[in-house]
Amino acid sequence: MVSLSYILQRSIVQSAPLLLGSTGEILTEKAGNLNLGTAGTMYVGAISGVIGAFLYEQSIPDGGTLNPFIAVIIPILCCCVGSFVMGLIYSFLTITLRANQNVTGLALTTFGTGLANFFGTAIVKIVDSDVPAISFNKTSAIYKAYLPIADDLGWFGRIFLSHGFLLYVAIIIAVLAAFFLKRTSAGLNLRAIGENPATADAAGINVNRYKYVATCVGSVISGLGGLYYIMEIGSWSINAIGDLGWLAIALVIFALWKPNIGILGSIVFGGLYIADTFTSGLPADLVRMLPYLVTIVVLIITSTRRKKEHQPPAHLGLAYFREER
Amino acid sequence: MDKIHAIELKNITKRFGNVVANENVSLSVNKGEILSILGENGSGKTTLMNMIAGIYYPDEGSIYINGEEVHIRTPKDAFNYKIGMIHQHFKLVDVFTATENIVLGTKQKPSQAKKFIADLCATYGFVLDLDKKIYEMSVSEKQTVEIIKVLYRGANILILDEPTAVLTPQEIDKLFNVLRNMREKGKSIIIITHKLNEVMAISDRVAVLCKGKYVGSVLTAETNETRLTEMMVGEKISLNIHRSDPKNVSERLIVSNINCINREGVKVLDDVSFTANSGEILGIAGIAGSGQRELLESIAGLQKLNSGSIIYIDPNTGDKENLRDKTPMQIRNLGVRLSFVPEDRLGMGLVGNMDLVDNMMLRSYGKGGPFFVHREEPKKLAERIVSQLGVVTPDTATPVRRLSGGNVQKILVGREIAASPTVLMAAYPVRGLDINSSHLIYDLLNEQKEKGVAVIFVGEDLDVLIELCDRILVIGAGKVTGVVDGRNASKTEIGLLMTGEQASSSQTEGGNEA
Amino acid sequence: MKKQIISGTHEPFAHIIKREKMPWWKEWGVRLCAIALSLVVCAIVIKLVIGVPPTALFSKFADGLLGRMRADIPQNHQFWLTMGDTSILLLIALAITPAFKMRFWNIGAEGQVLIGSLASAWMMITIGKYVNAGGVFPRWLTLVVMLVVAMIAGAIWALLPAYFKNKWNTNETLFTLMMNYIAIQLTAYCCTEFWSKKNTSNNVGVINSEGKAMGYGWLPTPLKESFPKVSEWLIIIAVAVVFSLLIHIYLKYSKQGYELSVVGESENTARYVGINVPKVVLRTMIISGALCGLVGFLLVSGDQHSISTTIVDGRGFTAIMVSWISKFNPFAMAAVAFMFVFLEHGAAQIASVPLPNGQRLSGAEEFSSILTAIIIFFIIGCEFFINYKVVFRKFSKKGE
Repeated sequence: MVSLSYILQRSIVQSAPLLLGSTGEILTEKAGNLNLGTAGTMYVGAISGVIGAFLYEQSIPDGGTLNPFIAVIIPILCCCVGSFVMGLIYSFLTITLRANQNVTGLALTTFGTGLANFFGTAIVKIVDSDVPAISFNKTSAIYKAYLPIADDLGWFGRIFLSHGFLLYVAIIIAVLAAFFLKRTSAGLNLRAIGENPATADAAGINVNRYKYVATCVGSVISGLGGLYYIMEIGSWSINAIGDLGWLAIALVIFALWKPNIGILGSIVFGGLYIADTFTSGLPADLVRMLPYLVTIVVLIITSTRRKKEHQPPAHLGLAYFREER
Repeated sequence: MDKIHAIELKNITKRFGNVVANENVSLSVNKGEILSILGENGSGKTTLMNMIAGIYYPDEGSIYINGEEVHIRTPKDAFNYKIGMIHQHFKLVDVFTATENIVLGTKQKPSQAKKFIADLCATYGFVLDLDKKIYEMSVSEKQTVEIIKVLYRGANILILDEPTAVLTPQEIDKLFNVLRNMREKGKSIIIITHKLNEVMAISDRVAVLCKGKYVGSVLTAETNETRLTEMMVGEKISLNIHRSDPKNVSERLIVSNINCINREGVKVLDDVSFTANSGEILGIAGIAGSGQRELLESIAGLQKLNSGSIIYIDPNTGDKENLRDKTPMQIRNLGVRLSFVPEDRLGMGLVGNMDLVDNMMLRSYGKGGPFFVHREEPKKLAERIVSQLGVVTPDTATPVRRLSGGNVQKILVGREIAASPTVLMAAYPVRGLDINSSHLIYDLLNEQKEKGVAVIFVGEDLDVLIELCDRILVIGAGKVTGVVDGRNASKTEIGLLMTGEQASSSQTEGGNEA
Repeated sequence: MKKQIISGTHEPFAHIIKREKMPWWKEWGVRLCAIALSLVVCAIVIKLVIGVPPTALFSKFADGLLGRMRADIPQNHQFWLTMGDTSILLLIALAITPAFKMRFWNIGAEGQVLIGSLASAWMMITIGKYVNAGGVFPRWLTLVVMLVVAMIAGAIWALLPAYFKNKWNTNETLFTLMMNYIAIQLTAYCCTEFWSKKNTSNNVGVINSEGKAMGYGWLPTPLKESFPKVSEWLIIIAVAVVFSLLIHIYLKYSKQGYELSVVGESENTARYVGINVPKVVLRTMIISGALCGLVGFLLVSGDQHSISTTIVDGRGFTAIMVSWISKFNPFAMAAVAFMFVFLEHGAAQIASVPLPNGQRLSGAEEFSSILTAIIIFFIIGCEFFINYKVVFRKFSKKGE
């Protein structure tokens, strides 16, 4: 029997990418954009970071050591650029060109997954490297590093302190996002756009600018989720990110479009996602089904309760066009 | 005048395609004044105000604020010039609180603004729970939020588009008190309304628009309701619509005491009763949104009623059927041949993206075998309508969305008539049509009347109603305010009934002379 | 000063309006331009990022179709493989089209096909075991049972979101999306728990490949003697052809097809003419789901003779794009599906074009996804220029 602190610790590790993914998607959806490209964006975020880390590690001569600061910052920057571009593609197509959001999102997922899987194997050939496969062990180690004090604090240290810095970044981002949406005037404007863009427009808010910014920033946050996940694993393989992006979208519904609920929700989802590693007897695949099943139940219950605060943004999935008579 | 106006419009013209919404309108509002803008439906009041609010941009003419020429391109520009408009359809976010809606689009946070908003409420005498969500609010509370919203933005010029249409008398009194408070604080207020008694009660001056043109303005103290009505409806224009005397008049549809409360909780039909006779055109006159749509839709089986009955009398058997709360399918299955030309032609009567043939089929596609649709009959019908009514279209395979408004209407009316109805309801069938097309529609309706159909015609142009209809039912705010004889009613008389003056002396029960 | 005028000190500089319908040739002109542009972008991506000459790669695309690149593969095999894959993709696209035409955002085709596959495989394995244990069961009836169960399973998967949409207006996009992963996990569970070889891996292996049940539940391969390359795909291709026609007829000439178009165009009009909207939604989703189940059956019985979570391989999502960019026209769908599969097989040739540094690439399938997505971006983007036009205002007054 595994200890509770171990289960919690693993769940929290698993929760961070989901939390980042769903926080990014919440920002996007609050602006009325249902970005089904999140799965692809997380792939691109991961592979961009991985390529950055790989190239940096390759540039260090054998036996040399990485500069930890550069080793951290390069993958993050690459990841941000990669996922930002994904957000930009989605925004341009759906906001400026008013393409259908679902189709654009699915195409973006195809694009992102394909891109990541292709470069995940091809990059070593393209840069004519002498290693057989892409590797970023040293960078991964830095990403996973935690304060040594955590080991001395028993279960507390294990659950709360034995994580790489990105986990704390993820929680901070979620808290900030919740604060932004609930407490700031820009957040208020953003929510208004997702609910009723015509009203927001009439109130003098630049609808398209907000949608662009929310979607691109949301994509970057989601992309960081991909980066965290791959750094935790420490190696790239085909379909390395799995269906994490879709699970993040499920989490958005489960969290009722609130990033702070997402923090707890992500731990539940994260735990269920890897439950097979510490449950014996329970069929792992059925346990993994639970997040999706729970999401459907939440979706149905919120639609029956009709409590307006818990509904998807009213204008989710629809393009806004200020009709000139 | 050497006085500087709060806002002045000079020679404003606005066209939408070929339709002229405003032509050469000049208008001014003084500081600390309440100006009423009076006009019939479609006289261009709202369009004019939308140009001040930055929703539309005028094609010609200029706008001056405090004597300086300004260009108002967006609602934001309007805010900057301290103009605020309260639209008829509220622009509020449902899941937000009052405070959140009020500060929306400004830099302030709700928490910071609360004190200031509370002060605003105290100054002008609003009563409002600032933490209440919009979806929990009554219509009048929502309106209050809208008004505070524009005041919060520092508006000196307030435009209210039919603010009283949705309010109870008590709420109207409260609103007027607030408006008077605002006037005392030096604000300029423009109020669009149809109700003459309100014009008299609240405004300092009245400006009248008629068919897009500015008729003139008068001081409220120096006028009365009859004079205003005359200005508003204009000179009687003879349209030379042919009208035959009703023959074989018998009761076809008896509507008794129907009541309907809509989703917002507003009573849109209030104890409405009338009879539609065969061989007669019954006109329905009223300000837009007085319950016409709900009335027709409840007869057509599209609107649930709270009480009352709609009895249909079969012309052949004399059997009586109650149509209340039946679905359109059930009504059809009873053998009731009810045709309905709805107001929303492309959103309800027709499918814009489908071609003529498929649109003909909407009513009849259920006929024939169980599986396949048969397009031969509809195609013939489409061709017949195209040739008989002179529809201008490349062919019958053209999506109706691509046709002009008049041609769309010919197709819709043509289809509804082709079903050889016993009751034909038409809502604003000539709206947006040119004179020739309009006359064609009148002729078609007359032809149906002569065939013994009970025709119900909802219209907005009083000249048309008076020349076309045998009897005219006037409704105001969901109530029947009178029934007049089309042959000897005057526009002023109907105008007064429409605007809520119960002129019982002029109430003449017509249509029984046959 | 001049710049100030352009930025619109007086009037909005440019605004966007809906345009009247373009003539068809102009519409297709725009689309062709978009595709041409997308190919240019693909070429730039290939040149800049990978470094191989794009023309060298494009010219090899035909090999993907006709399959001349490997000596051990029989002539024409590649072509029929392309046609078979096209057929499967086309069939899924056809299956979801009625729902999309009704504007019901069913993005759950992946799950509906998979659950059909799962149900088929379940029947196949059960009957196979029974026969191998000495039971008697007709070979043809196995296929019938598999088909029926698959269609019922697919229909149920589609029915649930439709029911809740009708009842409480539950968001169907999110609902159907979640149903995909439930199907995937359910399949994974059945594979590992009940069917995998020796309970160690996820791999079920070829079903009914030995004993008396050999070939039970496999689609027949007719005309194997005369057309050996075609035969394994023949039934699937034939089904695709038949269903293209059937769906075309259903949408265009049947009462049900007419009703669902009206519901999709305007629910208001549908109510006005007395159409029972919830009933039409339910019926259409049942049909759509049952067809997805049928594709699942074909995948198991005709293509794979096995079951795994990746049997649909994302084609449930690709089919949505096929259906959408074809504007729900079955024949256009056939062309688009062919284009996608052609790209996929063509991109496989990337392995045959050496990089400037002499290395060779793998990851052909992934590379094709990139190209496909770029082309889709352009096609869905170009619709904007068909539906809207940008109007630059003329200035009534010059700036002071």
